[in-house]
Amino acid sequence: MSMNNQGRPTGVGTSDFTSTSGSSLLPNEPLLFEIGDREHSGVDLPDVAIDGSFLGGFERQSEIDLAGLTEPETLRHYVRLSRLNYSIDSGMYPLGSCTMKHNPRLNEKMARLPGFADIHPLQPVSTVQGALAMMDELAHWLLTLTNTAAVCLTPKAGAHGEMAGMMAIKAAQDAAGQGHRKVVLVPESAHGTNPATAAFLGYSVKAVPARDDGTVDVEAVKAALSPDVAAIMLTNPNTCGLFEPEVIEIAAAVHAAGAFFYCDGANFNAIMGVVRPGDLGIDAMHINLHKTFSTPHGGGGPGAGPVVLSAALAPFAPVPFVKKGDGPLALAEHAEGQHLGRITAFNGQMGMYVRALTYMLSHGGDGLAQAAKDAVLNANYIKARLERVFSVPFPGQPCMHEALFDDSFLEGTGVSTLDFAKALIDEGFHPMTMYFPLVVHGAMLVEPTESESKQTLDRFCDVMLELATDARAGNAARFTSAPLNAPRRRLDETRAARSPVLKWERQEPLPAAAE
Amino acid sequence: MRYLPHSEHERADMLAVIGAGTAEDLFARVPRHALLREPVNLPRHAPEFLVEAHMKALAGRNHAAGDGPFFIGAGAYRHHVPASVDHLIQRSEWLTAYTPYQPEVSQGTLQMLFEFQTQVAHLTGMEVANASMYDGSTATAEAVLMARRLTRRNRIILSGGLHPHYRDVVRTYLGDGPDLVCLPASPEGQGDILNRIDGETAAIVVQTPDFYGHLRNLRAAADAAHAAGALLIVVVTEVVSLGLIEAPGALGADIVVCEGQSIGNSLNFGGPYVGLMATRKEFIRQMPGRLCGETVDADGNRGFVLTLSTREQHIRREKATSNICTNSGLCALAFSIHMSLLGEAGLKKLARLNHHNAVKLAKMLGTVPGVELLNKSFFNEMTIRLPVPAAPVIELLAKADVLAGLPVSRLEPDNPACENLIVLAATELTTDDDIAMLAECLHAALSEDAQ
Repeated sequence: MSMNNQGRPTGVGTSDFTSTSGSSLLPNEPLLFEIGDREHSGVDLPDVAIDGSFLGGFERQSEIDLAGLTEPETLRHYVRLSRLNYSIDSGMYPLGSCTMKHNPRLNEKMARLPGFADIHPLQPVSTVQGALAMMDELAHWLLTLTNTAAVCLTPKAGAHGEMAGMMAIKAAQDAAGQGHRKVVLVPESAHGTNPATAAFLGYSVKAVPARDDGTVDVEAVKAALSPDVAAIMLTNPNTCGLFEPEVIEIAAAVHAAGAFFYCDGANFNAIMGVVRPGDLGIDAMHINLHKTFSTPHGGGGPGAGPVVLSAALAPFAPVPFVKKGDGPLALAEHAEGQHLGRITAFNGQMGMYVRALTYMLSHGGDGLAQAAKDAVLNANYIKARLERVFSVPFPGQPCMHEALFDDSFLEGTGVSTLDFAKALIDEGFHPMTMYFPLVVHGAMLVEPTESESKQTLDRFCDVMLELATDARAGNAARFTSAPLNAPRRRLDETRAARSPVLKWERQEPLPAAAE
Repeated sequence: MRYLPHSEHERADMLAVIGAGTAEDLFARVPRHALLREPVNLPRHAPEFLVEAHMKALAGRNHAAGDGPFFIGAGAYRHHVPASVDHLIQRSEWLTAYTPYQPEVSQGTLQMLFEFQTQVAHLTGMEVANASMYDGSTATAEAVLMARRLTRRNRIILSGGLHPHYRDVVRTYLGDGPDLVCLPASPEGQGDILNRIDGETAAIVVQTPDFYGHLRNLRAAADAAHAAGALLIVVVTEVVSLGLIEAPGALGADIVVCEGQSIGNSLNFGGPYVGLMATRKEFIRQMPGRLCGETVDADGNRGFVLTLSTREQHIRREKATSNICTNSGLCALAFSIHMSLLGEAGLKKLARLNHHNAVKLAKMLGTVPGVELLNKSFFNEMTIRLPVPAAPVIELLAKADVLAGLPVSRLEPDNPACENLIVLAATELTTDDDIAMLAECLHAALSEDAQ
């Protein structure tokens, strides 16, 4: 028995007891519906009587069955749940392709200014001139960094930006009598959103193989081009973490064939302020503000995916957009001429625009370039420290902002890429991206971002090397049983998919509501 | 640079480990002439206080909704968000977490999503809900595509009471053609859709309360749709209404999509918001977006994972149900926390209070000469007709710091029937003084106009 009262020494203690409610710092937290009920509430509202004469007979008859908590219970529930999450603020997220960088808190503070947070999207334009000026300023930064002609700010996330950009391409080709072009070229290493977007717009997808060095061969593109091809969707830097060295030649070949070049800008963090995609010949590119420009991922959104457009596509930008003239700023809300209609209600992700612009102003043009260079430096540092032990599928070249490894160093160990990644959890790190890109067997994609210090990178590399040594020493159990130190052990995903339980189900009959 | 951890000394050490001479060597595969020789022509980095001053100056040029009487709704509503909601969502573990692909270290987000799905399913009266969409308008477009997959039919009919922005988004997603029927605006709440349904129809889309505030008869719509083998998609842009108005699921809806902004989320000039989507269990494999499901871990403890991902783009690529990836996790969290604080009792009170204030607004508007209320039914929003075009009146009132509602002509510029119409909303934040001020200003504006 150990005690720790009033200065008594704490003994180590021995016990066979296994806690069923977790520890005091990481408690098991019941579901909201197991702790709340239909009577409790954390708000005080006057209870007004209504007569129903304006409700047209549509008053609610069915039960709702929502659980309520008072404010202290609410705080405790959500604070306890939050402690079961890994986060950037608690450790490094080496997730390739995801750009998990620091989220400055000034961004949050600015987004909550009433002049941004408490304005309605349909207020008279004369009452929101500051908001339009802010959007215009963000647009100026994006256009300057990319050297493009126009930007559509409204896409709600990267995939939505892809959709907007590809719609502009389709509209431009329809307008030019090229509507028969029904094929989109997509390299095998592309993000899943690329083929999904192309298919959504009715295109068939044709894969372009990669070379042995992980990049796209301009000759392979030329061979795939035909009068049926509408566009190529190419990620640059690509998903193997490599800059496409022939990107300018690829753009020229694509344009010569009458097609457009859609660039997936998910990896813009590697080159912002260093290379302008417009100089490479791109026609459209979305920019994930939640990656490159530090708006928080929030456990899966909200994102924001503005898409920049070349002069050829600018006339087809979806509405709305800010119009500048001599007088006050205006908002083009209705598609005129060749412009596409809305892809969302209202004006897009204003709250994310504020955060992204705040981040840009903090860094300045100089700081953004430095951030890109540091992101690339960090990835190459990890690659340099690990490549003697970890297998690198495309050796002999510097990487950009992410370092790609494969699983051949694990051959014969009985440890899979997944096992290895889960073992990282026990060492205090979030796993890296696994099994993506698909072109590399057992891929491990590590993106440190510019936010990690050398000390953190060294600790990460030390852990990775130690794990690799242990895996090869035959200690497979450490990996196959991992994680042991997380709030949960490995979860049965097959069971979840085979018999889906997607909401809490009441076991007892619903008691009558008392108010 | 306060966000970049390396000193010059450390950068040099790291380059030495890499075996590179300079940072530029790492960009060796970039075509030489594509590398910028000069810095981009943008301002240099700035201290926090200067950035703050700049952003505050921009924000200061906007009239915030809280600065005066405010009656704009039309798909985005000004409600009170409890202080604890914004505090909680700014906790690092919520704000700076990634999508929960690694469930062992993401149980907080996953359990929250499971609770969110339960709340949304119960609120809408449906069997299952997903883990959120971008917003109500894109959720509507995704619901329409889902209905096409489910029915293998193509024709979609949009009610004239659907929010014009939502209609426009569906048009952009689907393209114009005979398979998309957009019925003309129906500001009087006229029943317009039932006799348009035919054997080719995949789904009809009905909003309630509709854009003009009318409460729509969903049971009749469901019966007519189902009789023709079509689906009923119900759109709710004001989720607070579900505390007082019958759940679409109880009236035969097949897919329900909502804009969830009213609960937990600020106006934000239009985004980020949170789309809700709920449906029947038999339809889940055609549902877009993320789903969270319950399971157990290796020790047999209850846990949660993202599931049925074989519908999604990262697995199915061009065969996915949607290209959606990132959605509205943090806004869903804000929704879920606020809904937990309200609970069933609080939501019902909030809904009654909204309706109560709207009744006061309607009655006061009825006293203004020349103003005609078009609604026989409403929740917290209604349409009035003025004897004159509405937009200049709204501008005039804005100069007096009264944001009096939305002139419908802003969204329906080519429809003369809408020129004199204003859509107005009241919420729990609307005071008697606000309503009196509106009536007074409207009266003054209309009498001035008459002179």
